[in-house]
Amino acid sequence: MKVLLGIGGSEDSIRALSQTVERAKAAGDDLTVGVVDNPDSELRYEEIEARVHEVLSEADLDAEVRHLEGDPGSRIVDVAEDEGFDQIVLGGGETSPMGKINIGGIAEFVLLNSHVTVKLVR
Amino acid sequence: MAGERIYPDEVAGPFPRPPVSFEDREGRTIEVRAYDTRDRDETGDGGTDRSAEEFEALVAMYDDFDPSDRAQGIPPGRESRIRDWLDTILGEDCLNVVAWDGEGVAGHAVLVPDEDAYELAIFVYQPYQRAGIGTNLIETLLGYGQENGVEKVWLTVERWNRPAVGLYEKVGFETSNSESFELEMSLRLTE
Repeated sequence: MKVLLGIGGSEDSIRALSQTVERAKAAGDDLTVGVVDNPDSELRYEEIEARVHEVLSEADLDAEVRHLEGDPGSRIVDVAEDEGFDQIVLGGGETSPMGKINIGGIAEFVLLNSHVTVKLVR
Repeated sequence: MAGERIYPDEVAGPFPRPPVSFEDREGRTIEVRAYDTRDRDETGDGGTDRSAEEFEALVAMYDDFDPSDRAQGIPPGRESRIRDWLDTILGEDCLNVVAWDGEGVAGHAVLVPDEDAYELAIFVYQPYQRAGIGTNLIETLLGYGQENGVEKVWLTVERWNRPAVGLYEKVGFETSNSESFELEMSLRLTE
């Protein structure tokens, strides 16, 4: 399966990265990691990219890593639809101090706009 | 949840301090009492007999809670998860009030600290819904918050949940962010 992981540096997107790499390895997925500019994240592109390469090399998995510049949600949807991806994977939200799940703005946009199947990692 | 949260300029209330006793619309006598979180934490083994019983009564209510009334993943679905979650929100720095019908829990409301403010949640057990308990419960929680010097309170609510939004507006919450799936509302409790 051709999988596009969108990652912007939030904690839930980092969790999604680890799980997706593991899953891609087990299932033999063709994984592409799209690094987006999440305005809510404190990590810079270079930091996220380094983290991605670290996780990939630890898992000994080959995956393309790309910087998707511009509006994060629409870039992920565009790339997934234009390039024939089977699935988009995103972080499934942060939890508040109370324990409430809050879905991020990027996931919200992608869920409502994507014609490609979306997976949210919890 | 990033960025500055907006709060109303005006202070809401005043609100009643716990304990508060009242008769609900079904004629049941309900008492809203503060849940003493220090009781639990000091002993580290579930606390005094009374607090252990009260803790189990809370677990029992959430274990039987209608899953269709869950909001954003809480209360969680399994008993072990309910216990973990309660351990967090009954922590020493949290403020809790419980509505009692005798030994049984009719509802529970809580303020959990979050940097410079507190996040609020309220749950009314299904057999006790639509009996006026939610209003008394949230007002008493806010009174307990005022008593403890809480300045700012916020919450999120699913936007289709009109009864909940109505309750929050009635006690003074104003919408602070309507751009996400969940509506965010806030209230100022003290100057």
